[in-house]
Amino acid sequence: MNIPANLMYTKKDEWVDLESGKMGITDFAQGQLSDIVFVEALVDVDDDVEIGGEVASVESVKASAEVYAPVSGTVVAINEGLEDEPEVINTDPYGAGWLVQFEVSEQSDELMDAAAYEAYCNGRD
Amino acid sequence: MDIKLDTAPKIVEPTLYELSSPGRVGVDFPDPDVPRAKLPDALLREKLPLPELSEVDVVRHFVKLSTFNYSVDSGFYPLGSCTMKYNPKINEDTARLPGFVALHPLQPIETTQGALVLMYQLQEWLKEISGFDALTLQPAAGAHGEFTGVSMMRAYHRDRGDMKRNKMLVPDSAHGTNPATSAMTGLKVVEIPSDERGNVDLGALRAEADDTLVGMMLTNPNTLGLFDEHVEEICKIVHNAGGLMYGDGANMNAMLGITKMADLGFDVMHYNLHKTFSTPHGGGGPGSGPVGATAALADFLPAPIVDIVEEEADGLPPLYGLVTPAKTIGRIKAFHGHFGVLVRAFTYIAMHGPDGLRNVSEYAVLNANYLLARLRDTYHVPYDRTCMHEFVAEGRWKDAPDIHALDVAKRLMDYGFHPPTNYFPLIVHEALMVEPTETENKDTLDAFADAMIKIAEEAHTNPELLHDAPHAENTPFGRLDEVKAAKDLILCCWLPENYSEQEQ
Repeated sequence: MNIPANLMYTKKDEWVDLESGKMGITDFAQGQLSDIVFVEALVDVDDDVEIGGEVASVESVKASAEVYAPVSGTVVAINEGLEDEPEVINTDPYGAGWLVQFEVSEQSDELMDAAAYEAYCNGRD
Repeated sequence: MDIKLDTAPKIVEPTLYELSSPGRVGVDFPDPDVPRAKLPDALLREKLPLPELSEVDVVRHFVKLSTFNYSVDSGFYPLGSCTMKYNPKINEDTARLPGFVALHPLQPIETTQGALVLMYQLQEWLKEISGFDALTLQPAAGAHGEFTGVSMMRAYHRDRGDMKRNKMLVPDSAHGTNPATSAMTGLKVVEIPSDERGNVDLGALRAEADDTLVGMMLTNPNTLGLFDEHVEEICKIVHNAGGLMYGDGANMNAMLGITKMADLGFDVMHYNLHKTFSTPHGGGGPGSGPVGATAALADFLPAPIVDIVEEEADGLPPLYGLVTPAKTIGRIKAFHGHFGVLVRAFTYIAMHGPDGLRNVSEYAVLNANYLLARLRDTYHVPYDRTCMHEFVAEGRWKDAPDIHALDVAKRLMDYGFHPPTNYFPLIVHEALMVEPTETENKDTLDAFADAMIKIAEEAHTNPELLHDAPHAENTPFGRLDEVKAAKDLILCCWLPENYSEQEQ
């Protein structure tokens, strides 16, 4: 399982890059969901989002899942490419599969680093 | 709509449009005995692209399509959480009795006493089966029953002037309809986790049980096929917080004649006549979701319900009619719900009687436990204790990393079985949810268990067999591309090229 060391993670399997403000869902999450067929952003650029607010809905052939904000802040960009190619979340969850980019004002104090998230994933399976 | 024919799927039966031949007719109408009226020119169309076929063309088309179906009449259908039980054929006889078929719901009640007596008796039986004081037959299906029951809970709190209650608790093992119903009724949904034995986590429940509680929706037995070991304690915690308990009757097939939902502490519940009481399910529907309630909630039931409006007197039988509960939430379905379905459920209950219904549940539970006992050494069962009418196993093995529950399910089709429910409930990884129901004999259960065990072996020795399943020699199409099906929707029928330009 791919868990980049430079990112922070949530218990709901989101990742956030505190440098760039980009977030998405983890390799573990995309593996659980399997083939992703549809992504809907639930926020717009310039929206203010609180920690835990819904930012997107991700649908696979197996299930649909809500994605929650790991940080508070203002939405500065949404990954428009996912509309036509949602499957890049499966192939590149930390790169081309990013969902939303924030200007971060506050981060959740429950965020985990890569080592803690890996232990959390292993403990679940 | 411009669809290239070269991307067409393998055709196993052409569409009616492709079978159409201009000028062919199925029915000749006699000459009218009144003068023909001319339609206004503005309403006339140049072209009307409808298929033109003879009667035998149409019959053969649909009979052929029907042979592609897999149904409970053609084989074992262990779809968990659905109770795909056999539909006894006598139900179809009673539902087609001329006295029922030719009724209109707006007839005077004096002329519809037979139908009203049947509905009254069915209300009484369903009340007795779960111990409730009042009941409506109106809801059209399970989720509609949920909406009815939760609307009644909300109305109950508002009627008492308690306007701050807006929170509904739903366990993480619940059917998706439970949170959806609560949200649709305007309530805030809070998910309660399960503990390691598959019960509601009592600590998490206590933490949420405050004075904003409308109540809790609980399926018991739950979607893991397990009877919640603390169900009475759960009801007590919710009641002590001033909330009400909603019982989702999806899994009533395990309970008939053994325990009553009202005795456990539930205040309101729905039944699924299309699960527990043998009326057609799924494509054979429609469903029916009667709602029972305690005396405290009876006044909020939808209107109308059937009651005796004139007592027996002077040698005349009682008169049955329709009454409106005092604080009703209103009408939630046209007329009296799905009456034809009610006749079938009535028939099933009448044919079985109390002891027969208890037998139904005992055999449903026995059959599920037999399959569980045969499969638990091969398939990991995460919440492994005596199950009720169904159980949930995992379709994955550490030493067969490329195999998923979906592959096991698809491979079962090669062996002639409908797959179990997969990927539900969400709290089990790669879930395979098996519900055999009471009607299956030991030979059928053994054949299914043998196939499951063989598939587990194939998963380790020849995984491609599972990945490619079902194979085209066993099903019309072989493995379908689920990603393409979800992404590239073609919602149009398959019109031959230039169909609309053809001479009419």
